[in-house]
Formats: sequence, C-alpha cells, structure tokens
Amino acid sequence: MLRVHSFESLGTYDGPGIRLVAFLQGCNFKCLYCANPDTIELKGGKETSAEEIVAMAKNQKPFFGKKGGLTFSGGEPLVQAKELIPVVKALKSEGFHVCIDTNGSILNDFVKELMQYVDIVLMDIKHMDNTKHNKLVGKNNDRTLAFAQYLNEINKAVWLRYVLVPGYSDGVDDLHTLGKHFSTHENIEKLEIQPYHHLGSHKYEHMGWKYELEGVPSNTPEQLDSAYNILKDYFKQVIIN
Amino acid sequence: MSEVKEMFAADLWNEQINVRNFVQKNITPFEGDSSFLCGPTERTQKLWDLCRAAIKEEMDNNGVRSIDTEIVSTIASFDAGYIQKDLELIVGLQTDELLKRAMKPYGGIAVVEKACTEQGLEVSDRVKDIFRNYAKTHNDGVFDVYTDEIRKYRSLGFLTGLPDNYARGRIIGDYRRLALYGIDRLIDAKKEDLAGLTGPMTDEKIRLREEVAEQIKALGQIKLLGQTYGLDLSRPAESAQEAVQWVYMAYLAAVKEQDGAAMSLGNVSSFLDIYIQYDLEKGTITEELAQEFIDQFVMKLRMVRHLRMNAYNEIFAGDPTWVTEAIGGKLMDGRHKITKTSFRFLQTLYNLGASPEPNMTVLWSQSLPENFKKFCSQVSIDTSSIQYENDDLMQDTRQSDDYGIACCVSFQEIGKQIQFFGARTNLAKTLLLAINGGRCEMSGKQIVEGIPELSSDELNFDEVMANYKIAMKDVARVYNESMNVIHYMHDKYYYEKAQMALVDTNPKINLAYGIAGLSIVADSLSAIKHAKVKVVRNEQGLSTDFKIEGEFPCYGNDDDRVDNLAVDVSSHFNQLLKSLGTYKDAEPTMSILTITSNVVYGLKTGATPDGRAQGVAFAPGANPMHGRDKNGAIASLNSVAKLDYKNALDGISNTFSIIPKSLGADADVRRENLVTMMDAYFSKEAHHLNVNVLNRELLEDAMENPGEYPQLTIRVSGYAVNFVRLTREQQMEVISRSFHSNM
Ligand code: SF4
Repeated sequence: MLRVHSFESLGTYDGPGIRLVAFLQGCNFKCLYCANPDTIELKGGKETSAEEIVAMAKNQKPFFGKKGGLTFSGGEPLVQAKELIPVVKALKSEGFHVCIDTNGSILNDFVKELMQYVDIVLMDIKHMDNTKHNKLVGKNNDRTLAFAQYLNEINKAVWLRYVLVPGYSDGVDDLHTLGKHFSTHENIEKLEIQPYHHLGSHKYEHMGWKYELEGVPSNTPEQLDSAYNILKDYFKQVIIN
Repeated sequence: MSEVKEMFAADLWNEQINVRNFVQKNITPFEGDSSFLCGPTERTQKLWDLCRAAIKEEMDNNGVRSIDTEIVSTIASFDAGYIQKDLELIVGLQTDELLKRAMKPYGGIAVVEKACTEQGLEVSDRVKDIFRNYAKTHNDGVFDVYTDEIRKYRSLGFLTGLPDNYARGRIIGDYRRLALYGIDRLIDAKKEDLAGLTGPMTDEKIRLREEVAEQIKALGQIKLLGQTYGLDLSRPAESAQEAVQWVYMAYLAAVKEQDGAAMSLGNVSSFLDIYIQYDLEKGTITEELAQEFIDQFVMKLRMVRHLRMNAYNEIFAGDPTWVTEAIGGKLMDGRHKITKTSFRFLQTLYNLGASPEPNMTVLWSQSLPENFKKFCSQVSIDTSSIQYENDDLMQDTRQSDDYGIACCVSFQEIGKQIQFFGARTNLAKTLLLAINGGRCEMSGKQIVEGIPELSSDELNFDEVMANYKIAMKDVARVYNESMNVIHYMHDKYYYEKAQMALVDTNPKINLAYGIAGLSIVADSLSAIKHAKVKVVRNEQGLSTDFKIEGEFPCYGNDDDRVDNLAVDVSSHFNQLLKSLGTYKDAEPTMSILTITSNVVYGLKTGATPDGRAQGVAFAPGANPMHGRDKNGAIASLNSVAKLDYKNALDGISNTFSIIPKSLGADADVRRENLVTMMDAYFSKEAHHLNVNVLNRELLEDAMENPGEYPQLTIRVSGYAVNFVRLTREQQMEVISRSFHSNM
C-alpha cells in the first residue's frame, strides 16, 4: 500500500504530456520553499493499493495521449520505494509511462530495483554549494550528487530540475558550477528551471509553521532569462517551467 | 437555375430540395493549416468601429440602444437599415437602425410593454389596442389553458424558464436553401407539398395545410425583404457574395419575425465555402475579400438583438441570441467537413475580437485534420469563445451528417427536423419532496400526493430513493402537460412561418425537456448512502438543514460510487418523460443543461442533503459542484463523461475553466495538451465541452473595470456571454466556479 497525500489528474508540469500525478506523503527534506509542506510529515496519507492506481490510470488513459502517463511526486516518493515497486511494475505491465519526481537523496536496493521500471527520473538539485544546500534544505547535497552519478552510470533518462530562488540559488557562479558538474552526464535530457513562487506559503500559516522565505520576491523575467542564458550552454535543452 | 447548374456538380439536389446532397457533391475538404488566413480589411475595421461605438451606447443606456414602439416587426415591415451603406458588402438589419430593437407582441403583449417601460418607453396606443383587444397571443393562450397544478409547479420553482411568455425558439431553418434555390423554386416546392395534402380532413391535416399556406406567404415576404435592399432573392445566388447575402437574408427574415430564446444559424460555413472556392478558383475574388464576406456576415450576426424584459436576464443572462453555428464534423462517407471557411469563421474571433455571438460550435471528431484541431485549440486559448461537441457520438447515435446545434448543445438535423424547447425542471428540489412528504420545502405547499413520511430523520437510502421515484413521476407528468400546452399554443398564435418555410413539410420533432441540479442530487444521494445524514426540521416539519457525519464521495472525482447515481437518476427521469404522450407526437429528449438558471434554481431550493445551504447556486449543466472535484480536471471530465447520451439526447453540457498555465508551460505545449484533452474526453463518449482558458484575476478585474473589457467573452452552460453584461451575482457565481489549476 502506498500512502498518498493527493492526486492531480491534469498534471502538465511533471514529465512529458498530460499526467496523473500522485503526491505521496512524507519527505526526508524540509526545503524552505517547499510548496507542499503538508506532504512533508512522514506519517499519514491515504492508503492506496496498486489496483486502485492502475484503475485510475486506465480511466485516464486516453488523456495521456502519446506522451503522457503517471508521475509519483511528493513529498519524497522514494521514502516509499519498497511500496512503489509493485505499483510501478503493475503500471509498466499495462504499458503506462512512469516518472518519479525525487530529491535524489535516497539510494538503497529498493530504489535501485525501482529504477529498472521507471521511464524518466525528474531529479531536483537544490544547490551545488553544500553550505547553501544545507541552508535551503537542512541536509547535505552529497547523496543527491551520488544519486545523479548512479543514474548516469545506469544511463537512466533524467530531467534535472532546479528551483531558482532569488538571492539563494541564482548566483552566477553557482549556475556555472551546476552546468559544469552535469555537462558530461549524457543521460540528462534537459534542465528545467523552476521559477520560485510562494504559492504554498499560506499552507505554512495554516500548519503553524514559519515561512522562512517571507519577502523573497518571485523571479523577474530578466533573472529567468539570464539563468537560461548561462545554463543553455551546458545542457541539451533548457526550459523555464 | 441554369447558371448555378453549370457552376456545380449536378446530382439529386437539382431534382429535389436537398442541400445535404449539394454539399456532399461539391465540398472541398481542407487539410492545411491556418497560414492562408487574412486579417480584417480597412472597410471591415471601419464598420466594426461603428458597431463598437453603438454597443458602447447600448451598454451606457441600460443595455438597450433604442426601441421602435410603433412598428410590429414582421419579415418585411421595416425599411432597409445600414451601418454605413458604402462600406457594407453584406447588407441587412433587423430594423431600420443599428441595434434598434423591435416589438414582436405575438409572444405576449404584456412582456413587450414591460420591456419598453423598463427602458422608459411606451408601446404605441395602436399596437396596445390591437394586441389587448383584438389579436390573441401565445401567452394569452397558454394561461387560458394552464391547470392550477402547472401554475403551482411553475411559481414554486419546480419548473422554470418555460417558454410561455417568450418565444420558444430552437427551430433552425435551412437558411442555405434560399441561396441554393431562390424563393421561386422554394415556393413551387411548398405548393406541390400543399397540393398533396388532401383529405380526409383530420385535425392534423387541416393544421398542416394551414401551416404550409403560411409558409408560402412567408416566402413571398422574404422576397419583399430582399427588394427593400435591392436584392433579387427570387433566383439562386450566383456568386460567393450573393450566397453569403442570401443565407443572411433568410436568417434575417427569421429574426425579424421571431424572438425565440435561441435562434441558431445551422451549419452554413462549409456550404458557403463551395461558392467561395468556386469564385477563388475562377479568380473573381481574393482570399482577402473572401474573409471580408465572412467578417461582415459575422459582424451582422453579432448585431442581432431581441427586446427582452429584465426578468428574462435571470434565466438567460447577458442578452444572448444563440446564433449557433456548427462548424466541422464529418460526412457519412468518412470525409471530414473542414473547409477553409471553417477556418475563416473562427478567424473572425481575431479579426473582430472575441465575442459570444455567433455561438461558435466545433463538431469534434477524432478524425478531423490535426491542423484544424490545433487551430481550434489556439483560438480557445486566445478567446474562450468556442464550444465543442462530439460529432462521432452524435453521428452514430442520430444517423445524420447534416445537422446543426439548436440553442446550446442540441442536435438538430437541418431542414428535416425541428425541436420544441422545454426549459427545465429542478431535480434537486424534487428530491426534497421525497424528504418532506411531498411538500415544497420552502412554502410547505403539497405538491405531490402519496409520498409517505419518513420512518426516521436519519435518512435511509432505500426509503428516500423510493419516495424520490414517486416524486419524479409526478413532476414528469406535470412537466409534460405544461409542454403540450405551450407548444400547442405557440403553433397556434406565434407560428414560425419564415423558418418552417425553409424546413421540409411535416418534419420530425423532438420535445426537448431538461433537468437541472443533477450534481446536487448525486452528491445528496451519495451522502445518504455513504455517510450518516440527519434532517433538521422546522416547526412545520419541513427540512431546513442536514447534519452529515462521515465522508462520502462527490461527483466529479471519477468515483463510480457516486457517478453512477448521477447516471441512474438522469436515465430514470428520461425514461419517465419518454413514457408520456406529446403534442404532435414529438419524440421526447432530455438535456442536462441550465443556461444561467443554475443561480435562480439555487435561490428557489432549500438546503440539500449534500451539505449545500439554502439559496446556494447549483453547478451549471452537468458540472460537478464547485470545489468538490478534488482530483483535478481530468477526473472531473471523466465523471461527466459517464452520463449516457442515449438518455440525454438533447445534450449534456459541461463547462470547463482552466487557467492558462495549467495547460502547460509554453504555448505549443498548451495547444497540444488541449487537443489531447478534447480527443480523450470525446473518445469516452462525452457529449459537450465549453472551454474557458482564463485567469480568475482577469475576471475580478473585469468586474471592477467593465469599461476596459467590452469584448471579454466567457463560456457558460452551452453559450457564451460578454462577461461584463452579467449581473454582479452571476459574475460572482462564475468566479466562484472551479478554475482548474494544478499549480
Ligand atoms: S524535497 Fe520536495 S517535498 Fe521535500 S521538502 Fe523539499 S520541496 Fe518539499
């Protein structure tokens, strides 16, 4: 059984085409800008079986068109890697396209097995500088980098995602470091720049948490453009999501 | 006919009145993209500026620019009117002045008088005298005959919006016939029909003979109308410009004679394309001119107005006319009906800006060319002015490839079939009868006899359902009685002779019933079934509130446990309606559609077992209730797609609103995703989809600054409106709806 926080049946930002996105409950990070803070708590979520998810996917199949499918997001879906294996296996046997949207910090045998069935990994890299990573996330970035290395070794298709937080993760040098580090990873199909937004901030209030990025503005179009111009030389494709 | 015969491939259409055959033989399906299209000419822009100025005057003057209080509008009773004659390629206005409204008192003189006094005007003494003292109207006839029971159902809000004090509309004349055949040939054909209608002289036969005689007179009048504008309509159109002009004259005759709630245009675009294609190939016109004909035609259609009283606005908000044009679809032989003129019609939304009228309806088939699908998707994203209907489903079910859309969403075979408009009944309020021993929950009046009191205030599903079935049966009966009365009287006192002259003699008829409140009913029954629902009653014993314990699935989340309840109730009620005899043996059909009456229905309905408070607006049409569709847009579409078209042949309306970003990150992806969604939705045998691609903030801004958004168009149940013409309440209701956002 997977513990699911919620579903979005019209997912258009988490992988190719139109996707059914399952937001799984629980995350091992606590990013300052997390837009789904209510998915962080490790306990909870609605117990959902592989059959239920396959049934939903079948109902929505025509909407997936030629490219779409399912994406497991969160939270951090790999917290439930073991439970995900039978679900993703069942989906693959029905011919569905499956993505995992992960922070890349969990790499165990379950994850390794799971990776055999997944079509694309949407991997968030929060920051290249470990100190700043720590500040944003509360954890080091070494595991994520190791995970990326692993995906490179097994040649798994990856869409790298990078949230551009003004004043936190948009430094010119940091962007070059990011580009340089990954420019040799042939398995990375594209880099998605995720503009920073505070759409989730009301949830913090609701949960009685402090929103640490209070006052940080959204990116200006110029900021997005300049990040794009830096990064486009390092990746096959860069898009602004 | 000699000239026209040489222009086009001959076939059956030369021998008989058969436009479908003409289209089939001569159509040029087009696979290309939109790059051939032209922008507006200077002439078009100048004319449109004049129209816009007139619309502004109209808006500033309480929604009405002027009214003619002397002349009773008939096909040819007004002199010619122009916007600016030297700029007009397609001529003709309903009256002698742009946006001047006309009196059509045959529907009811009281309504006309009220509409005038609300604007500070008086109907002329002569007209008052005639219609108060000598001529009888549709409205007089209906109220002479209505039973006390019908009056009660009507005043308490079980039946709403009945066409008993306004014209029923819905009939679509085959306006193409005038262009293809000319008046003289059409009169000959009708005379032949009349000659064949011989004894025995039963009621039906006498009535039909009188109808055909009226139609022949109407054709004569249309010829006169042409003469006012210097047009010889006695003969067929011989060029693209004439074809557009002739079709418009036929439509103009209809909207001069009638002020039906919805007066659709039909499916004229690909018919006109045949003439345009011919002239283009001959080199007598350019693409620019071809577009100009269509722009000017559409401009004229946008200027159609009817005289309405303010109360009408509650049910049909925003001054709609439903000049519905059905674009696309495919032919029975497997070819599609997309032509360059399908594109040209949609292009008017760019050349003249967005607009609710004509009500552009794309007949969507999986096999339409990708280029056209993409263009539609882009136009929807840019203008929110298109609705879509499932051509594959309708063609299979109704076995026709030559149909239009009557009013909002209803199939009507052109020239072969008509409809009797039936407004709708409130199935949510009917459910409350089941809980209140057959009494109206608001007034306490006994509506239905024979409903037992409930054994407990803790609602039991089987018990409520059994009572509900009793209530539905009686509501269906009274509803049917009212319909028979209304259409009998409408035929008698306000017969649509101009339109019927362009339809086969003695056509098939659908009696188009409708229901409202389906999502409330489904969620209420789901609550009763899956949670604990307890009734709170007042001292009269009437339900005032419901206490719900536990969770229950809501319609709109692709959950069969509740979606099937919606399917079952709509099917059950449809079967009840089908069992009742009808005037003129019309075939009963049913829609799940509300227009904008979902707001009024809400006001007239007490608290419901789903937790909805008294007075809260219903969701429009077959939509899930706002905010209850928790799993996103596609789950919501999937729920609606389960409703069975065969049990709702008059149409199942679904209005879909989404913020642009939710369709994807960039323009190409958005366009592609919308095409995929439409293909998918209709592959599930869903019937209809209104597509709005808008930000809520934009609508909020338009509410505050209406002057800056004169053309902001939004699709509501089955039609489109100028957002700024809605009342504040209706605007709030639109804004409160689910705007699908996955951000
Ligand atoms: S990794 Fe994702 S889900 Fe976890 S805290 Fe960070 S943003 Fe939120």
